[in-house]
Amino acid sequence: MRRPGRHAKTVATGFWGFAALVGFGLAVAGPLRAAPLVADLSKHLVAITTGFAGTDVLLFGAIDEPGDVVVIIWGPPEEVVMHRKSRIAGIWINTAQMTFDRVPSFYSVASSRALDEVASDLVLSRLEMGVERLKLPLPHAKASPNVARNWRDALIRNKQVLGHYAQEIGQVIFLGESLFRTLVEFPANVPTGTYQIEVYLLRDGRVVSAQTTPLIVGKIGLEAEVYDFAHNYAAAYGLIAILVALVAGWLAHVAFRRH
Amino acid sequence: MQIYLPIAEISLNAFLLLGLGGLIGFLSGLFGVGGGFLMTPALIFIGVPPPVAVGTEANQIVASSVSGVLAHWQRSNVDFKMGFVLLIGGLFGSTFGVWLFAVLRSVGQIDLVIKLSYVTFLGIIGALMFVESLRAMRRRRTAGPSRAKLHKHTWVHGLPFKMRFRRSKLYISALLPIGVGFLVGILAAIMGVGGGFIMVPAMIYLLGMPTSVVVGTSLFQIIFVTANVTFLQAYANQTVDVVLALLLLAGAVIGAQLGAKASVLLRGEQLRILLAIMVLAVCAKLGYDLTITPADIYSLGLSE
Repeated sequence: MRRPGRHAKTVATGFWGFAALVGFGLAVAGPLRAAPLVADLSKHLVAITTGFAGTDVLLFGAIDEPGDVVVIIWGPPEEVVMHRKSRIAGIWINTAQMTFDRVPSFYSVASSRALDEVASDLVLSRLEMGVERLKLPLPHAKASPNVARNWRDALIRNKQVLGHYAQEIGQVIFLGESLFRTLVEFPANVPTGTYQIEVYLLRDGRVVSAQTTPLIVGKIGLEAEVYDFAHNYAAAYGLIAILVALVAGWLAHVAFRRH
Repeated sequence: MQIYLPIAEISLNAFLLLGLGGLIGFLSGLFGVGGGFLMTPALIFIGVPPPVAVGTEANQIVASSVSGVLAHWQRSNVDFKMGFVLLIGGLFGSTFGVWLFAVLRSVGQIDLVIKLSYVTFLGIIGALMFVESLRAMRRRRTAGPSRAKLHKHTWVHGLPFKMRFRRSKLYISALLPIGVGFLVGILAAIMGVGGGFIMVPAMIYLLGMPTSVVVGTSLFQIIFVTANVTFLQAYANQTVDVVLALLLLAGAVIGAQLGAKASVLLRGEQLRILLAIMVLAVCAKLGYDLTITPADIYSLGLSE
């Protein structure tokens, strides 16, 4: 696991182990200290209900000593097929396609300073900070680096247009020296699933501490029931859809016959 | 008022959807067409994923055809026997169409095929209607109706399996309506339309049915063909959004009534020429979009 630390959930039993891990990982000498980084979300569930039109989640936390905080929001990975058009007989037709196996369905980054001021490119690349440093494996080794680069850029560009990849780096705002917060924005068409929110504390270009918090984005209530029913009982859903249409059509006829 | 559509997985304004249903319902009431050929492109335009637009529109057409056919039934303008024969072809055609839809979708060509189908059929039907209604207007001016032969004999009448259709006053081979039903069924599945705008001219010019029973009979068989498409799209692709269909329907029902009232103000050939112009405009727009250089030659495909 490349993340140096993890949020300890069961405080009572996990505290000593957690403290030991932090102590070992960071080689902090001396007595036990407060965790260098603590962060949490205003809510751990984004509920998609009837009126859902996108939402903001507040991420807040504290650090023990001054440093830089970088937050990365990872949507659940998905397989993506991309198409490329070319002109044939005057018409633009999809003539090539490329499949990306594991692509984050959602991705955004927030930082307390410009990323290149926070750490070296090496560190940023390793942690995939910034959309241009995402590791998107291409399945076809035969594609020349140039062509592969084009597909990758096109994927990021299209995801940005869709609103699933942030166009810009968000702001992590400090209140004083230790308290920080940032607003994570989710659009109305947000992909559903379990998100991972990574919070990094960096000092002098090195990662001092890190924490990962899950966030669940899911349909709730009627929306969830309709969706689940449509997928789990597809045949019954189809029949009900027809029945609803038949009744609605008949009602419309009756309602306007009176006039 | 934003409303989240559970299957389309996007959030749209409920009043926009009601208004869209109302506007297209008005046009369909005015011209006596289903309106699917306008609604499906409109839904895609406002951001509904094309497969969901096609599946949902089929569901909505079931409802609007039911209310339409009931009105025609009261005036006994439905040839049920002809409707059933068309339906045999229609059920096979639409089942084949939904299968073809899934295949084309998996190879990434469904958008192109949908658009090319629209350009081709809207172009042909629009041009034919335009020329025909111009001729009708000129005839009206010059008076003296040049009566055509009541019954032309062609190779079509040599086909086997002849059947008598009393209501339509026809004695033709059953293969003909089955064939027409089959082709329109494929289009219904791929284009997300009822197919009335192809079925109606085909019934008049190809089968030679009297105009009075054409619309009612066409609507009758469209109910079953679009119900079949709804079921298969919901079963195979999960692309039918009932919430979206109901919103569109609520607007369309009211719009259609207003449109039907407004249609009394215009003469038949004037209506037809307006419809022809509208059909050709949609065709030209879609055709133009296929030829202009896209903003991005790369696009996201299905993500499943």
